[in-house]
Amino acid sequence: MEKFENLSGIAAPMPLVNIDTDMIIPKVFLKTIKRSGLGVNLFDEMRFDRQGNEIEDFVLNKPAYRDAQIIVAGDNFGCGSSREHAPWALADFGIKSVISTSFADIFYNNCFKNGILPIVLPQEAVDVLMKDAEKGANARMDIDLVAQTVTTSDGEVFSFELDSFKKHCLAEGLDDIGLTMEKASAIDTFEASASAARPWV
Amino acid sequence: MSPKTIYDKIWDAHVAHEAEDGTCLLYIDRHLVHEVTSPQAFEGLRMTGRTVRAPDKTIAVPDHNVPTTAGRDDPKNMTEDSAIQVAALDTNAKEFGIHYYPVSDVRQGIVHIVGPEQGWTLPGMTVVCGDSHTATHGAFGALAHGIGTSEVEHVLATQTLIQKKSKNMKVEITGKLKPGVTAKDITMSVIGETGTAGGTGYVIEYCGEAIRDLSMEGRMTVCNMAIEGGARAGLIAPDEKTYEYCKGRPHAPKGAEWEAAETYWRTLFTDEGAHFDKVVTLNGADIEPSVTWGTSPEDVLPISGVVPFPSDFEGGKVEAAQRALDYMGLTPGQKLTDIEIDTVFIGSCTNGRIEDFRAVAEVVKGKKIKEGMRAMIVPGSGLVRAQAEEEGLADIFREAGFDWRLAGCSMCLAMNPDQLSEHERCAATSNRNFEGRQGYKGRTHLVSPAMAAAAALTGRLTDIRELV
Repeated sequence: MEKFENLSGIAAPMPLVNIDTDMIIPKVFLKTIKRSGLGVNLFDEMRFDRQGNEIEDFVLNKPAYRDAQIIVAGDNFGCGSSREHAPWALADFGIKSVISTSFADIFYNNCFKNGILPIVLPQEAVDVLMKDAEKGANARMDIDLVAQTVTTSDGEVFSFELDSFKKHCLAEGLDDIGLTMEKASAIDTFEASASAARPWV
Repeated sequence: MSPKTIYDKIWDAHVAHEAEDGTCLLYIDRHLVHEVTSPQAFEGLRMTGRTVRAPDKTIAVPDHNVPTTAGRDDPKNMTEDSAIQVAALDTNAKEFGIHYYPVSDVRQGIVHIVGPEQGWTLPGMTVVCGDSHTATHGAFGALAHGIGTSEVEHVLATQTLIQKKSKNMKVEITGKLKPGVTAKDITMSVIGETGTAGGTGYVIEYCGEAIRDLSMEGRMTVCNMAIEGGARAGLIAPDEKTYEYCKGRPHAPKGAEWEAAETYWRTLFTDEGAHFDKVVTLNGADIEPSVTWGTSPEDVLPISGVVPFPSDFEGGKVEAAQRALDYMGLTPGQKLTDIEIDTVFIGSCTNGRIEDFRAVAEVVKGKKIKEGMRAMIVPGSGLVRAQAEEEGLADIFREAGFDWRLAGCSMCLAMNPDQLSEHERCAATSNRNFEGRQGYKGRTHLVSPAMAAAAALTGRLTDIRELV
């Protein structure tokens, strides 16, 4: 996985609450057995009509936001299905960070496995960032992973919380399976004692 | 020792390693696998030269993208992409030596119905699957939750997950349910109360008299939709009903091992005085047969209600409600029972078990569905299908005009050809009413099996209490 570098990018405003993973990547695109190439179908039913033409007023189709790397979203982003196709599609499109008041649990975890930083901030902060994102391509937002801050185009700074292990893996682009395998002896020990205690498992 | 919740107990029994910052490796007892979220994970193993650490604890079954029509053991009768995903699962199951139920096997079905049915799911276990509705298995007093594909690969390779502990939430349903009110109405009413993000960061324990009174099937329905309330998992402490259900299942312990297991399972309850970070209490007698009007499972109302106005909401929900009304083609103030239905879908991991079909049969026995109605009924497994045939339920369905199909996820997520067309309106026993969920611009109203059956007869959303 690529390391998450500090980010200075365009943020697209998506104030709708409860943006679910069916919206992010409709199920017809789950028929792939690959991880790549899903960006063209990101938000497919919101982005394109049935003939495949772009729907003009969808935010990522507007000229100002076509190169967005950040999404500022309404509450409970990523709810619904566990499909990792959602962060795969976001990452493939070029989205590196999503900011919201809350994320669905599975989606939140999936982001970190794909180099995407989900940022949780209070409503007041998200409101300010949403307004900043609405300014369009001239307003770039800065995200500093190490300092755990988001800075608006006006220089207003918001600090966010982040689990230290997740931060470390994202910053270093670490393969967490490799990290876990280094603890194989702990797993061996646990497995032996658990199977003695609960042999029916 | 300080008092613990059942979640605390199961968690503590599965921590294989804990780092200084509290990050844990949680050992996984059962890993369920299906064809849609696993191919990339197996490919990852191949690319890194890794193997499946515990193939005997890994169970695979194709369900999401299989046809539910006859002749499907022949890949030629599948769409090309289904055939590719199913073939990939066939190959991966063989190559990595994991338990497997192919489409040709009578035991095949929706992964969350097959697991309990075969006795893979037992109290006190940790159960994961690359599917959000893994919460279903919590009905057995197991800690069960959905994971992404990268985590599927992680569990395949290490039999553990990197986790931090969630907070404890108690949802208590007191008293008795009124006639016509089911487990589905309980779980939808809870989401109506807490919202779809109300459970975020929590593991829910459902308890109270109304929960205890439910069968195992009903408890699975309740836990199934814990994810729709945002919770990582939902669970219910095991009791006599749980043991009764598990006993004699193919993969349940036998003899002395059963005795030892049951003794252990009887320790799995929340201790007096254990701490919950959040508590929600509903009176079972206040719950009505429920239905969703919008495009989020939290858009739920009693069937006696009317379609709301956007101005009834606050904040970002105002715009979302307007969008939902437009999408659903509904007018604020309209009575829910005046909403006309084109299609009925009965099935899914929420309501695809034998008890659900008995409830449907009770409503439709000797009657005909409304003329022009499309009514699809899809068993959760081949064994549920066989049992429904044996009990005569299938004949009742066919005579009433239902399309009685083979097991799979079907129109719950509509990956296979079972889909709604544009603006088609469906009463569904599944779990999600998202935009496009059951087909592009399709309109979904979530209901209980009995309510879906009633809608099939009358052609509109119907209060089941009017029919019984």
